Amino acid sequence: MRRIEADAITQAVERLCMEANYFLGQDVIDALERSLKEEESPIGQQILRDILENARIGGEELAPICQDTGFTVVFVELGQEVEVVREAECGMQSAELNPPFNIPNSALREAITKGVAQGYTKGYLRASIVQDPLRRINTKDNTPPVIHVEVVPGDRLRLTIMCKGSGCENMSRFAMLTPAQGRKGVVNFVVETVLKGGGRPCPPLIVGVGLGGTFDQAAYIAKRSLLRPVGSHHTEAHIKELEEELFEKVNATGVGPQAWGGRTTALAVHVETYPCHIASLPVAVNIECHSHRLKTTIL
Amino acid sequence: MPEEIIHIKAPMDEKTVLGLRAGQKVLFDGVFYTARDSSHKRLVELIEQGKPLPIDLQGQVIYYVGPTPARPGQVIGSAGPTTSSRMDPYMEPLYKKGLKGTVGKGERSQEVIDLMKRYKAVHFSNIGGAAALIAKSIRKCDMIAFEDLGTEAIHRLEVEDFFAIVAYDTLGNDMYKEAIKIYSRQ
Repeated sequence: MRRIEADAITQAVERLCMEANYFLGQDVIDALERSLKEEESPIGQQILRDILENARIGGEELAPICQDTGFTVVFVELGQEVEVVREAECGMQSAELNPPFNIPNSALREAITKGVAQGYTKGYLRASIVQDPLRRINTKDNTPPVIHVEVVPGDRLRLTIMCKGSGCENMSRFAMLTPAQGRKGVVNFVVETVLKGGGRPCPPLIVGVGLGGTFDQAAYIAKRSLLRPVGSHHTEAHIKELEEELFEKVNATGVGPQAWGGRTTALAVHVETYPCHIASLPVAVNIECHSHRLKTTIL
Repeated sequence: MPEEIIHIKAPMDEKTVLGLRAGQKVLFDGVFYTARDSSHKRLVELIEQGKPLPIDLQGQVIYYVGPTPARPGQVIGSAGPTTSSRMDPYMEPLYKKGLKGTVGKGERSQEVIDLMKRYKAVHFSNIGGAAALIAKSIRKCDMIAFEDLGTEAIHRLEVEDFFAIVAYDTLGNDMYKEAIKIYSRQ
């Protein structure tokens, strides 16, 4: 087994939370610049230029590119030969870390949660999480994060941090289509989701689509599709074709940047699939805004 | 859509409000109050209980924003708009108190568009996700009420050359609907 100290994970998460919020990824910048060349609407062009200027300011001044610094979603690929060990003095009480009530705290979960708290506090990032969905009292340090762990071969630990804004998350939708509705049903549902969202999710968007699996799995792979470099395509030819068709149709809606009219409604559409039941065709559409904050590291 | 950008003052007088048209680009100078979900809930609860509000809303403009914490020496952190439609259920009591303008992102419900016609108010949109850039047009930020709500507290902002577009005017015109129609190829 390879031992990784919890503190190293905390430090990495702290750094990634800050970097994700200050530095827009080059893939997003490239996609915005490509769109600027295609955009027909003068105000749409101005919005795209402002978004690029905003990204420049964020990077130069270490300013969050969006005031909604998001729900911190952490994707962990945990090598099966890795053991996460707590340092003796690293004994923060789990109650301080706002653990979700039904998930016991592991060293890994504690280390990540502490990293989020430190990153958001030290980095002047907004605390946007409430402890209870109905009582709505702010936890004040943006914890707890949402954590997805996949156990993978090897002795490495890959951490990917997504700071997911809620303006766009709120416009995400889910449908249990029937197998008979098929591909056409999927296309209609995705385009309808973008149209219903309008300007609320801050277009231009990155549209993440999860097809197949169960209720939960479809939503999970929809979000995972957003981890791909913006504008990259699925390896399977028929899914790549679906992505291209969706991209074209979404950008034919006329919604445009901020829904102020234009060609650039989406920067990309990503689709991920999973095998599914003979009775089902689940489709999850996870909407992401242009402020796509995603950073990764390997320990 | 009118192409030239006009300067307007906040709070707004009646003449300004009535003269604005959907699609008009504006640069604001003056004062905004910030409020979003929790602060709206509290304002409306105070009104329902017949209690005084912490701010006089007559002619005022509310900006839907929950900024990031300011770094030392900064006026405000990043401060872009949040989604306007979440405040739709709270609007009528605020218009009755004299509120004339709101700034946020995205479309509003038909109910709110009708309320704006009835109470002679307008709604502006600015660019969601341009928060670091927008913060540069905010010159001053003071805590006014509901400090316990943190980022959701009501702040008084002084703005200069603050860019926005008229999304809905007092005649019920809808910038979003018109703009999307122009570019739709469906």
